[in-house]
Amino acid sequence: MKKFKELNKATRNNTVTYIIVALMFVFCIVYTETGMASNLFQGILVPICVNVILAVSLNLTVGILGELSLGHAGFMCVGAFVGSLFSVMTAASMDAALLRFPLALLLGGVAAGIVGILVGIPVLRLRGDYLAIVTLAFGEIIKNIVNNLYVVTDAGGLHVALGVDAYNAMEIDAASSEVYINGAMGITGTPKDSTYIIGFVLIFITLIVVQNLVNSRTGRAIMAIRDNRIAAEATGINITKYKLIAFALSAFFAGVAGALYSHNLASLSAIKFDYNYSILILVFVVLGGIGSMRGSVIAAVILTALPELLRGLDSYRMLIYAIILIVMMLVNNNEQLSYYKNKLFGGLSAQLSGRSRKQKEVS
Amino acid sequence: MTAMLETKNLGISFGGLKAVDGLSLTIEKGQLYGMIGPNGAGKTTVFNLLTGVYKPTSGNFFLDGEKLTGCSTIEINKKGIARTFQNIRLFSQLSVLDNVKVGLHNDYRYAAATGVFRLPAYFRTEKAMNEKALELLEVFGLAAEKDYLSSNLPYGKQRKLEIARALATAPKLLLLDEPAAGMNPNETQELMETIRFVRDHFDMTILLIEHDMRLVAGICEELTVLNFGTVLAQGPTAKVLKDPEVIKAYLGE
Ligand SMILES: Nc1ncnc2c1ncn2[C@@H]1O[C@H](COP(=O)(O)OP(=O)(O)OP(=O)(O)O)[C@@H](O)[C@H]1O
Ligand SMILES: [Mg+2]
Repeated sequence: MKKFKELNKATRNNTVTYIIVALMFVFCIVYTETGMASNLFQGILVPICVNVILAVSLNLTVGILGELSLGHAGFMCVGAFVGSLFSVMTAASMDAALLRFPLALLLGGVAAGIVGILVGIPVLRLRGDYLAIVTLAFGEIIKNIVNNLYVVTDAGGLHVALGVDAYNAMEIDAASSEVYINGAMGITGTPKDSTYIIGFVLIFITLIVVQNLVNSRTGRAIMAIRDNRIAAEATGINITKYKLIAFALSAFFAGVAGALYSHNLASLSAIKFDYNYSILILVFVVLGGIGSMRGSVIAAVILTALPELLRGLDSYRMLIYAIILIVMMLVNNNEQLSYYKNKLFGGLSAQLSGRSRKQKEVS
Repeated sequence: MTAMLETKNLGISFGGLKAVDGLSLTIEKGQLYGMIGPNGAGKTTVFNLLTGVYKPTSGNFFLDGEKLTGCSTIEINKKGIARTFQNIRLFSQLSVLDNVKVGLHNDYRYAAATGVFRLPAYFRTEKAMNEKALELLEVFGLAAEKDYLSSNLPYGKQRKLEIARALATAPKLLLLDEPAAGMNPNETQELMETIRFVRDHFDMTILLIEHDMRLVAGICEELTVLNFGTVLAQGPTAKVLKDPEVIKAYLGE
């Protein structure tokens, strides 16, 4: 215990987060392996893991980089479809889920990361509200593109079409054709590779990468930009580079979460990744405390599990959910209460709530 | 020997307003140089020109003989000009130590992946950064507060931390914008000694803007007086401060 206190504050804080996730993991294993868990409980474990990864990754953009992004579900969408497409296409040739699924997760993440860079280059020039609006639009654009995407193979090879008309106009050898992505109907037949065990492994990886990055030279540069862009520039920090690193990494993990999500469903369509989902992820981040990874984890777990666990209460379900949301909000805004919350959830959120007064003129 | 900083006919106008007009000055290596002038004279604007925040509409400036006109803020910092700000601009949510470590960013390097995977270079470099940052904090008497959130420091110490952060970028020329603003006479006295120490200890060339005449007269060897963007007087401190024009425009108000 003494040794633990000697570690610096950030390391201590991070370790507590790992312990909390590890305890959750042990609980899940014991609960499911002993057969006590209901189907309902088992069914929400993967979605919880997905949402935790989404919340932590969005917190990198919102809390550490300090930019409000409302398009996180768009990156998740890219990861989900790329991951699923890979798995469906290789299901016949590569049946070892041990290799195929990690590859699908990685590909989903990389594809989302690349889209993150492409979106980030123009978007990260904007500040504040403008950035929020444009990321919202990009999220919707990505969703709509995928919603109109057709990917078909036949004897002649791979065919890709955007829009129903283009799809109908395509010359496809019907006998040998196979439809992989079918527009608004999305993608079907993704192997159900996702398990909560893999989910927890991914949560750990995400937390380790994000928290280690934050406590490194790179993370310091990113937070310096957040706290004072003009001073960071005058101190020789390359603003564009570090903004892009944070944004792309955030998109990468959203893509991984997307692939985890899609390998948990028999069929997947793009409309699920609308702005409501993006807002939901933001709600996890804000309620958990902007900048606090531990808060994101806990908020995502509670807010994903609640609506499902309250299902038995039927019509009172949404009422109770709303009340809990409001209580969490009050706790966040009350200084006395948020002091206790920060002791529990880890400190950064309180420090961050007072920030972001940006001045235009340099003096 | 080339001068550390030389500006030739430097100027900028915002719309019709000539905020700085025809500024020529030469600062030798190791000099402590002051810039004074009434409010709105264009002093801060000169700093913004010298750090690439604004691009001059006329003239050029040279650091150690190298022309830097047109370079970006980041390039200029890497070439060796660091500054502080009139309205303090710290990284408010970072610790005092981390503020200085951001200043060390370009001299102490390791890849992002090295940090993520905690490779040996991470621990080695971070340790060296901590040592260097602490050394700088000690110069300014801030070592005891290294783990404080920088925004929790009292005003005077925030100003000192800004100087420490600027020095961490290992500049050739240090620009200080009203370093004594908001300090009491004791703190100002202490700051004067610190500035002199920085110049001697780090072999630094310093250009400072200041309204506190005691500080200016006490430590600056030469002065430039700006008024409405133009040079009103220039030369050794004692001589400039006796100039009737200067007294009329500035000291007499
Ligand atoms: N970005 C800008 N756009 C338009 N006008 C500007 C801009 N920056 C500075 N100015 C003007 O240039 C003039 C000089 O301003 P500056 O801040 O350099 O004065 P200063 O000498 O530093 O004054 P103080 O002693 O009050 O700090 C002022 O009239 C100011 O309004
Ligand atoms: Mg000024």
